[in-house]
Amino acid sequence: MLSLCKGEFSVERDDDRCIRCLVCVRQCPSDVHKYDEEEDRIYSDESECVGCQRCATLCPTDAITIRYKPMEMKENANWKTYHLTNIYKQAETGGILLTGMGNDKPYPIYWDHILLNASQVTNPSIDPLREPMELRTYLGRKPDLLDIEDGDELILKTEISPQLKLELPVLFSAMSYGSISLNAVKSLERAATIAGTYYNTGEGGLHKDLHKYGKNTIVQCASGRFGVSPDYLNAGAAVEIKIGQGAKPGIGGHLPGEKVLEEISETRMIVEGTDALSPAPHHDIYSIEDLRQLIFALKETIAYEKPVGVKIAAVHNSAAISSGMARAGADFIALDGVRGGTGAAPLVTRDNVGIPIELALASIDQRLREEGIRNNASLIIAGGIRSSSDIIKAIALGADAVYIGTAALVALGCHLCQKCYTGKCAWGIATQDPYLTKRLNPEIGTRRLVNLLNAWSNEMKELIGGMGINAIESLRGNRLQLRGVGLTDTEYKILGILPAGE
Amino acid sequence: MQKITGGKDISGCAVSGILNTNGKKIDGRYIIRSIANMHDRSNGLGGGFAAYGIYPSYKEYYAFHLMFDDSYARERCEEFLDKNFLIEREGDIPTRKTVIQNPPILRRYFVEPREEKLDKSSEDDFVIREVMKINSDIEGSYVLSSGKNMAAFKAVGFPEDVGNFYRLEEYKAETWIAHGRFPTNTPGWWGGAHPFALLDYSIVHNGEISSYGINKRYLEMFGYRCTLLTDTEVMAYLFDLLVRRHKLPMKIACKAFAPPFWDEIDRMPEKEKKVMKTIRTVYGSCLVNGPFSIILGFKNGMLALNDRIKLRPLIAATKKDFLMVSSEEAGIREICKEPDKIWSPKAGEPVIGLIGKGVVEEG
Repeated sequence: MLSLCKGEFSVERDDDRCIRCLVCVRQCPSDVHKYDEEEDRIYSDESECVGCQRCATLCPTDAITIRYKPMEMKENANWKTYHLTNIYKQAETGGILLTGMGNDKPYPIYWDHILLNASQVTNPSIDPLREPMELRTYLGRKPDLLDIEDGDELILKTEISPQLKLELPVLFSAMSYGSISLNAVKSLERAATIAGTYYNTGEGGLHKDLHKYGKNTIVQCASGRFGVSPDYLNAGAAVEIKIGQGAKPGIGGHLPGEKVLEEISETRMIVEGTDALSPAPHHDIYSIEDLRQLIFALKETIAYEKPVGVKIAAVHNSAAISSGMARAGADFIALDGVRGGTGAAPLVTRDNVGIPIELALASIDQRLREEGIRNNASLIIAGGIRSSSDIIKAIALGADAVYIGTAALVALGCHLCQKCYTGKCAWGIATQDPYLTKRLNPEIGTRRLVNLLNAWSNEMKELIGGMGINAIESLRGNRLQLRGVGLTDTEYKILGILPAGE
Repeated sequence: MQKITGGKDISGCAVSGILNTNGKKIDGRYIIRSIANMHDRSNGLGGGFAAYGIYPSYKEYYAFHLMFDDSYARERCEEFLDKNFLIEREGDIPTRKTVIQNPPILRRYFVEPREEKLDKSSEDDFVIREVMKINSDIEGSYVLSSGKNMAAFKAVGFPEDVGNFYRLEEYKAETWIAHGRFPTNTPGWWGGAHPFALLDYSIVHNGEISSYGINKRYLEMFGYRCTLLTDTEVMAYLFDLLVRRHKLPMKIACKAFAPPFWDEIDRMPEKEKKVMKTIRTVYGSCLVNGPFSIILGFKNGMLALNDRIKLRPLIAATKKDFLMVSSEEAGIREICKEPDKIWSPKAGEPVIGLIGKGVVEEG
């Protein structure tokens, strides 16, 4: 059948600059660039270009420009190119359209409507270059009060639940081995170890080579139970039950068979080349009381020595669900908003299901406080965190820490072409093709990630120091440090912040 | 009278406190001289005192010092009091005509909770709840203090004028604390002056708390209603929660408010490290961040504390069985030319004096 879809990009080559080194030809996993030896010329098949910018970035003479050039239809406010091309594709394949990375639609981004406070005169700002500035964070269930006996020495009579110690309130989000390459996983693991934080295995199990480095690993237990065993659960520093994901609330994980090669199959304990489709719900969790049973089954397995958390997608009634989870024994709640990323998700789900993380976070934190159970569980939020200021705003709204996924991949080289599900990632991140994965050197990947975390740490210290705060816990839930611009009364009410000027 | 409802109250200030660790009583002239010597730290928009041991004949009763905007508020509040308390004795709070302008109606009541109203709560919990109701629900009424055998005296004005107005030279107390206020963003309101008092606790405070937003939300989880929008109110509730309700030793509560840095904790011996780490982990929302020096008066003693990096001044001194603390050395030298010892307490380390026990923590 003739495809009615054209490519989305134009490839412009400055022939005066091109030295025929053929880097572009070798680098493009979509075979866009082809060299004609007779003519000594490189032709480009633009229809295959995904706009990953690999060739343009690596071209030594800067001869290539990739430009976004969607089909230009007659202007129509209702029928956008997006809708037409989707219909063409579905008319050609009869299938659900897949996509990768987070929701790219222009839903409101509340971070961009929130401004931070700073100290002037009555309260000195604190200079992080000259004074200690603390970002250390402990995640896990906390009791409401401590029993301490005073005598010659202090005796602590309350034993508190296991906690995760973070040197900065940022963790790497769940990204499975399978969706991303082993080199990407290794980069995350090493960077987490160096920076004093954690990475998350996602639902793909833990590669056998990585079991011994579990100190900074959160192992996930999802509905597909891929790679889950007592060994696996005990290898990590914490266990996370994955109920949902911001990019695809209501459905299970999705790893196309193209990416299930030998080692993935071994780690996940599934047949090579098969699609790994997790069930939409956990088939042993049909209710909150079932969740409680799984939480405690996992706690039994790890002898109550590590925290067990639950991850959900931010949906309409997250606040009530979170209250249930905090009461069901979850030591932390991970909340993934509508802009959360994915390796593969149905386009229709990614673009239309879930709610913005800012609103979900604000309502959950408030709800848990109203019920007096905010100490029961720590709150980690995820879904489109782009910068250190997003993190500071999230913490002031009430988060204990944030997960970053997309930002970490961008640090590793991702250019957000959203084609992770094809397994042809030119940057060696979301692929299992050995020719491509070797492009990501885990040593360099580690350094890039550690640099990002250091840079963000320094920025966060500047921001909180400016507010006259020298410990991150004094910012957590401190919404008075936030002011909004350009929001509606209802949004102010939900976010629990005042408009700028008030 | 204008009650402040807008933003958070911000103020600079002077604080001073005198305790006799043997429980000997002195009259109010000394504390007035001490705070008056730091005149420039106030701007005339608030001054106040708290005194302990001043009502020995009624020491079994909660001494409610109340102020009313008008007789209507008084009527409504007295109705409320009568319903919930047995009033042993009541009367005007003695004052004299001075430069202090437009005083509200100032009354004191010695009361005990009505048995049948207590339900299952303790007397103290009941009193706190009722005090909060008066402050937030009965318009034009405000409880200045509600402890036993103690009271707070406060007004809009310079502290020395406030002391004169309330005839403090006629009272004898074992602990005196005082405050001169320099608010930067609020019109003067009598209720906004310090000390802030709740049950037997009274607190004076110099500083601004950057963590106010979370301290307040944390307290709300435990049923406190922060109606005054002042840092001082929050400090008082934090003490009430941690010391009275959670029964933490006072110096431990101070560690929650002004904890050591993680670097320091990491270097502590194993046992101490575990205790401090746990306190910071569990009571993170109680950390009072930003500049402050506070003096807390309580039934049998006095406590002074600085923020964890000492962004506000605080000096302590002893002379025989007296413990004195003050924003400035001048506040101490004015009433005691030659102290036995005078020092600057360390950041985040409390100075605690107890009647019968002496100075137990030197800061």
